[in-house]
Amino acid sequence: METFEPRIVAFCCQYCAYAAADLAGSMRAEYPPNIQVIRLMCTGKVDPVFLVRAFEEGADGVYVAGCLEGDCHFMEGNLWAKKRVGYIKGLLDELGIDENRLEMFNMSSAEGPRFVAVAKEMTERIRALGPSPIRVRKEKKELSAGEDKRPVDETGT
Amino acid sequence: MIIAERKPIEDIRRMVEGHDRVLVLGCGTCVAVCMAGGEKEVAILASALRMAEPEKEFKEATIERQCEREFIEEVRTTSDGYDLILSLACGAGVGFTAELLEEHRVVPGLNTKSIGVAEQPGNWSERCLACGECVLDLTGAVCPIARCSKSLLNGPCGGSQDGMCEIDPKNVQCGWQIIYDRLAKLGRLDLMEENRPPKDWSAAHAGGPRRVLREDAEP
Repeated sequence: METFEPRIVAFCCQYCAYAAADLAGSMRAEYPPNIQVIRLMCTGKVDPVFLVRAFEEGADGVYVAGCLEGDCHFMEGNLWAKKRVGYIKGLLDELGIDENRLEMFNMSSAEGPRFVAVAKEMTERIRALGPSPIRVRKEKKELSAGEDKRPVDETGT
Repeated sequence: MIIAERKPIEDIRRMVEGHDRVLVLGCGTCVAVCMAGGEKEVAILASALRMAEPEKEFKEATIERQCEREFIEEVRTTSDGYDLILSLACGAGVGFTAELLEEHRVVPGLNTKSIGVAEQPGNWSERCLACGECVLDLTGAVCPIARCSKSLLNGPCGGSQDGMCEIDPKNVQCGWQIIYDRLAKLGRLDLMEENRPPKDWSAAHAGGPRRVLREDAEP
């Protein structure tokens, strides 16, 4: 998979990271198109099931981006998310999947450049780790089942 | 409630070896509260197992309780065609599911730990050993059987130091210190003076598997 383009899911709080992404857009700042953003009211809504399901569905990397610690609009949703990310990192480890494929970040809504930096950091990190073994297996299976499946670098997703 | 925790994935994978279609069956009562075997934990474990064992099918289902006949009957049809049931219930639930769905092999996904309480979210601790004859009236409702490491009836012992138990002075409180403090608050330290005779352990599991009968409730 020489043309590997990571597929990364980012669970973003609407009060900080999502607004930061918006700001990055207004600033005409570019960030890698590998990131698929899912907006949440608060990262406290991130259920461990979401994180596991993202990997099961073929994400190469997943991150949760919440408000700065102490600044959560719902008091401590971001702290809950941090713990859940830690819990699922342990599960990934049990499954033999590199726990660095999952991460928690914090940023404020004013930090458009940080959103870009985080997106770049995760993309580079996952690019270095290579495709998720789950995704590789899944795509092989789909190909052998004869499904119309474009190479990963052409999916644009 | 019954406290349990998930077995390591490695152990679970060993149990599902040789089975292609696995029903991951959750229990929606005690083990759901202690975040070990409810609907969410079934979703997480099934997802993890699908990633670890892509050739196998893992179906998810959760019933209200695996310790009651009528709830288990609800999955009788669902379980058709699955050659293994991975039960996320306490030991009683696993056993009863196997007893009723006798055509299936049923294996445990959890280790059952104790009868206990949720002290706070994410922190569950043992409070009852089901000894069969409750003595909480004598001890300020703090159980000497469950909370004293030696299950002493006349404590504390010499291993009680600074309110902690010698088996793990950093984490385990001395049960009899808790009893003493509670009785002091209640103004009933006189109960500490009573000498208690040995307990009749035949009412506990030492007397064999126990059964409670209520003729008026029987069908």
